[in-house]
Amino acid sequence: MWDYTDKVKTLYMKPKNVGVIEDANAVGEVGSIVCGDALTLYLKIEGERIVDAKFQTFGCGSAIASSSALTEMIIGKTVEEAEKITNRDIVEYLGGLPEQKMHCSVMGREALDKALANWRGETIEEHEDVEGEIVCHCFGVTDKLIRKVIRENRLDTVEEVTNYTKAGGACGSCIEKIEIILDEELKEQREHPAPLHQVKEPLTNIRRLEMVKETIENVIRPVLQKDGGDIQLIDIDGRKVIVGLRGACSQCVISDVTLKNLVQEKLREFVEEDIEVVERR
Amino acid sequence: MDKLIYLDNNATTRIDPLVLEEMMPFLTERYGNPSSMHDFGGDVGADVERARDRVRRFLGAENDYEIVFTSCGTESDNMAIAGTVSYYTDKKHIITSRVEHPAVLNLFKKYEREGYRVTYVPVDRQGHLDLDFLKRAVDEDTALVSIMYANNETGMIHPVEEIGAYLRERKVPFHVDGVQAAGKIPIDVKKINCDLFTISGHKFHAPKGIGALYVRRGTRLRPLMYGGHQERTRRPGTENVAGIVGMGKAADLAMAHLPGEGRIALLRDRLEEGILKRFNNVSLNGSREKRVPNTTNVGFEFIEGEAILLYLNEKGIAASSGSACSSGSLEPSHVLRAMGVPFTSAHGSIRFSLSRFTKEEDVDYTLEVLPQIVDRLLEISPFWDNEKKCGKPMAV
Repeated sequence: MWDYTDKVKTLYMKPKNVGVIEDANAVGEVGSIVCGDALTLYLKIEGERIVDAKFQTFGCGSAIASSSALTEMIIGKTVEEAEKITNRDIVEYLGGLPEQKMHCSVMGREALDKALANWRGETIEEHEDVEGEIVCHCFGVTDKLIRKVIRENRLDTVEEVTNYTKAGGACGSCIEKIEIILDEELKEQREHPAPLHQVKEPLTNIRRLEMVKETIENVIRPVLQKDGGDIQLIDIDGRKVIVGLRGACSQCVISDVTLKNLVQEKLREFVEEDIEVVERR
Repeated sequence: MDKLIYLDNNATTRIDPLVLEEMMPFLTERYGNPSSMHDFGGDVGADVERARDRVRRFLGAENDYEIVFTSCGTESDNMAIAGTVSYYTDKKHIITSRVEHPAVLNLFKKYEREGYRVTYVPVDRQGHLDLDFLKRAVDEDTALVSIMYANNETGMIHPVEEIGAYLRERKVPFHVDGVQAAGKIPIDVKKINCDLFTISGHKFHAPKGIGALYVRRGTRLRPLMYGGHQERTRRPGTENVAGIVGMGKAADLAMAHLPGEGRIALLRDRLEEGILKRFNNVSLNGSREKRVPNTTNVGFEFIEGEAILLYLNEKGIAASSGSACSSGSLEPSHVLRAMGVPFTSAHGSIRFSLSRFTKEEDVDYTLEVLPQIVDRLLEISPFWDNEKKCGKPMAV
């Protein structure tokens, strides 16, 4: 028996929002009966707000629970808010899912994507250029989806990719391809680390200080030093970071631009979105 | 859980209270080691030998020493296959079926990776083994044929006697995995003409942790383990005395109850017919002929097996499924796929397996709650037309 959370159990026994919305203006279908799970999501969007959501699911307990969770999460949200929901959020809502069942949450996210595309009038065609290239033919999983899921869930093994997307879980002939994609993504992550502000929990003061220091040390200072300048961290007051520009920078006529475009920009990218940088001369 | 309707007896069975009663002394005061010189141990050895004789009779074997006690069905399967293959090192071809238990199949796959030529005999849509295919595959290089007596998922019985006769003529070693047959149909290893026969205690009301392998007199077999002299050095290690005694008693009881299997078949048929009649989205996996009396496997279309199991579980009913989701793999049962059951109903397959402890009201209760479950899941399914009460046309 799977180790399902009580939330998952409640939701597969008594799912909410089951059914069809007759006058839905957004519909997203994913999966197929051959794959073993499928989800059709119906949305009613008024203005920019999702006023109703219903679903029909063919699949196991966690697929039903994930679908129900998704509808509960998006009703009342604006399209923009709904777009930000990741499969991780669905998993969190459910209080966790067994590793091998992660693909159920990904299916929910995919259905939402398709429904919103449908609402915008975009016709997602199953063409290579739009949806990516099919990697796993058994379950019809594209490289685009695999890459997205690797990034959003920070996966680093083929097994995890299979748990999250089902790709490679049947005949196994695409495992080599998945390995290549995974290598590329991991390399990409090493060279261009994802902005840290994607980490959800708010930063503690100490953690913020450490991260600001690291970013200045490893990202900002090397750039300034190339032009004979330097930077000194003077203080941090909440989200306000006080720095002093040194060397060539201190006399530079465009130091204001440097401050906003380089220092603040990078700190916002790597530490926190709402950081403000001021200079103390 | 308040209520338990246990319809998963191919997974495991309850220990018969009479079996437990016979085992108890060996778990308490009679803890001697059968290998000891003193009477305290030696007397226990006599009980082990009595159990061996009971298992011999259960299998229709000629000599007690042809019975080797092991820890489980998987060990017996491995001992039979690996023991034979490692003896006939000059032969590089082995034969099994596509519907075997993983205990056999995965060992064959290991040999395949190591360069052995492996023939996997196919089955037809009902699960009948392609006997001609098997016969044609046998050649001078064949070291072993291993075929299950009855399939765990569908209950289908394979023609082991015919295979045995054919192989005996050609002097090809024959192992029968009889785990799912023992206790359900009469067994006669001499009639089957097999060299090796595997059984597992917990499938016929003995405890878990005890299995046996029949090794016909004169069969060449290398042991899996090396150690003491126990089981004539074929399976060293201090005996699981309580388990062995329990298996002996369970074998006796199984023989006594075999005539009563007709009652189980009637209950099974009642359940099966009830299900097939009630729903229009269900079909039988397997055939009614050549099947053990306790098993039925039905495939529901448009709904998924794990979800059915979870809903049954909520009602206190224990069954199992060949669906992908329930197994942790992503593909439905290899048995159903080998039979060519379409994915659409393989994903929704449910196995009910009964035992002599199954009561009439268990079947009635199951038939009573199943419609609510199936109807509810159909309502949730995107492939079901709730108005027309039929499946939606779909592109697969």
